[in-house]
Amino acid sequence: MTLENQPGSVGIVTTRHVELFSREAPLSLDCGATLGPVSVAYETYGTLNATASNAILVCHALSGNAHAAGLHHPEDKRYGWWDDYIGPGKPFDTRKFFVISTNNLGGCNGTTGPSSIDPVSGHPYGLRFPMITIGDMARLQRAVVTHLGIHKLLAVAGGSMGGMIALQWALDYPDQVASSIVIGSTPRLSAQNIAFNAVARQAIMSDPHFNNGDHYDGPRPEKGLALARMMAHITYLSEKGLHEKFGRRLQDRENLSYGFETDFAVESYLAYQGSSFVRRFDANTYLYITKAMDYFDPFPDPETTAKRLIPVTARFLVMCFDTDWRFDSSRSKELVKILNWNRKEVTFQELSSPHGHDAFLLDAPQYKESLAGFLNRILQETTDREAHVA
Amino acid sequence: MPDLRVDLEVIAGLVAHGARVMDLGCGDGLLLAHLIRQKKARGFGVEISLEGVRACIERGVPVYHGDIDQGLSDHHANAFDYVILSHTLQTVTRPQFVIQEMLRVGKKSIVSFPNFGHWRNRLGLAVEGRMPQNPQFPYEWHNTPNIHVCTILDFQDLCQAMNVRILKQIPLGWAGNRPQGYLKRLFSNLLVPMAAANLLAPMAVFLLEKGES
Repeated sequence: MTLENQPGSVGIVTTRHVELFSREAPLSLDCGATLGPVSVAYETYGTLNATASNAILVCHALSGNAHAAGLHHPEDKRYGWWDDYIGPGKPFDTRKFFVISTNNLGGCNGTTGPSSIDPVSGHPYGLRFPMITIGDMARLQRAVVTHLGIHKLLAVAGGSMGGMIALQWALDYPDQVASSIVIGSTPRLSAQNIAFNAVARQAIMSDPHFNNGDHYDGPRPEKGLALARMMAHITYLSEKGLHEKFGRRLQDRENLSYGFETDFAVESYLAYQGSSFVRRFDANTYLYITKAMDYFDPFPDPETTAKRLIPVTARFLVMCFDTDWRFDSSRSKELVKILNWNRKEVTFQELSSPHGHDAFLLDAPQYKESLAGFLNRILQETTDREAHVA
Repeated sequence: MPDLRVDLEVIAGLVAHGARVMDLGCGDGLLLAHLIRQKKARGFGVEISLEGVRACIERGVPVYHGDIDQGLSDHHANAFDYVILSHTLQTVTRPQFVIQEMLRVGKKSIVSFPNFGHWRNRLGLAVEGRMPQNPQFPYEWHNTPNIHVCTILDFQDLCQAMNVRILKQIPLGWAGNRPQGYLKRLFSNLLVPMAAANLLAPMAVFLLEKGES
C-alpha cells in the first residue's frame, strides 16, 4: 500500500517555492524598509474548488516551517508539524478544504530571511535584514494567497505565534477572512514573555561565534542558539508534564556524580533538544522572529482597539490549554474580552491537557472535535451563501 | 428546527428584534440559535460543559466556555439588551449575586426557574415525607445540581428585597419540551393565572429590570 492511500495522511508532499515582489515593486515593511524580491516556501494540501472558496491558511509558530502535513519522501520519519490535524478525515479535512501553509517571513526554511542572500551585496543579510513584524508576515502570506488565485479564506488558523498571525489577518484584511482561529496565543506578550525572549537573544548574541550576525561562512553560534532553545523548551511544557516524563531519574548512571556532569535525565533531554534544533534553525531568524513577537500589540489602548475592530467581520475561535504557562488561559481570555467588548463574534474554549504550551500541536480528541465542528460550520454557511447567490 | 422547551419559547417571545443577548448556562445553544435566526439577535452563550460547548460550535452559536461568574464579571454595565438565565438559577452558588450581576451587565434580564411551590412538590413532601422526585426535579437529594430551589413567591420576595423591578411574570402551565398529543399540546399553551401560580405553575419566567435607586 502506498502512503497516498493511507487514511488520514496527505501522503508525500513537496515544498514549493515562489518568488514574489521585486526590487522595483518591493514588499513594504512596517519598519519603513522594503524587501524585494522575496522567496516564499509553501505547501498545499487538498484541492482548491472552482470558486476558490474552500481555502484555509495555517500559520506556524516560532520554530515551524511550511511543512505542516504529510511526509517529504517514503523514508521520511518526520511528519509535518500539524499532521494530526491536517489530512483526510482530520479537522482540516483535505477532502473538503484546500489548506495552505507557508514558511514565515524572516524564516530559515525557504522563505526570505536573514540567512538569505542579499541581492545587493551578494552575501547573506545577517543583521542587515530589516526588522519584521507579525503584520509583515501576514502581508507576505496575503501575497502568496493572491498568487494562488484566492481572494477570501475560510479560515486563518494557528497556535502560539501562528495565532497572532491569524489574529493579524482578521484585523488587516477583514474582507478576506471568514474566520480566525487563535490557539494557545495572546494579543500581546507580557513582560515575562518578553523577558524570556530577551534572555534567549542574549544567549545567542553572547556566543563567541555570533560575530554580529555574520556567521554563515564560519562556525555558527550553536551554543547560544541551543541554550535559547533549551530555555524556551522548558516554557513549552508544564511542570507536571516534565516531571511525569523525567522525574528525578538519573541519566545512564546509578549514583549522583557529585560533579557537573549530566546527572539527571531531564538535562540530557534538554541538551538533545538544543543540539537537534541548531541543525535545522538559523540563530538570526531566532532573533528576528522573537523580536517580531515582542512588538506584537494590536490593541494597545481602547481607542486604537475600537478603530481596528470596526471593519472586522471574521468569526473568532479562541482556544487555550489549562496547563499552558507560556501563554496561559488568562491571555486568551483577555483577547476574548477585547473582542466581546467590541461586539465581535467569538467562541472561546479552554481545554484540559497535561502538555502545556505544546498541547496545540498534539493529538487530543476534544480539541479536534471543536476545530472540526467550527470549520465544518463555516464551510456549510459559505456553501449555503454561494448556493443562495447562485 | 426542533421545538423549543416551553419556557424557552416564552423567553424568545420576550426578546426584541436585533437585540444583543448573553445566555448564561446556554447548554446546547438551542435558544440562541433560535434568537439569532428568528430575531436577528447577536451575542453569545456561556456554558461550562464540554458537550454544551461542542453543540454550540456545531450549531454556529458563539459560546464562552466557562462559569457564569466569569461570564458576567468580564463585561461592562449595560453591555447587553438582555441577559438570560434559563432553568439555571436553582443551580448557582450565589443566586442573589448572579441576579445583581445580570442586572448590571444587561439592560433587562430574563430568568426562568422551576417552581418548588408547585402542588406536585408539596404533595410529594407532605404525603411521602421525602424530597420530591418528579420530571421537574428528577434527582436524588444528594446528587442534585439544584442547590437553590425556590417558589414563585420566594423569588418575588427576593426581587423586592433587591429592589428589582418585575416587568413581567409568566407562570407556565407546562415545563419541559412541548408534548406531542393534541390535547396536551393545547394545554401546554395555557398560562396559569398569577393568583394560583405558586400552586399550579411548574415553572415561571420573569422579565426583570433594575429598580429606581
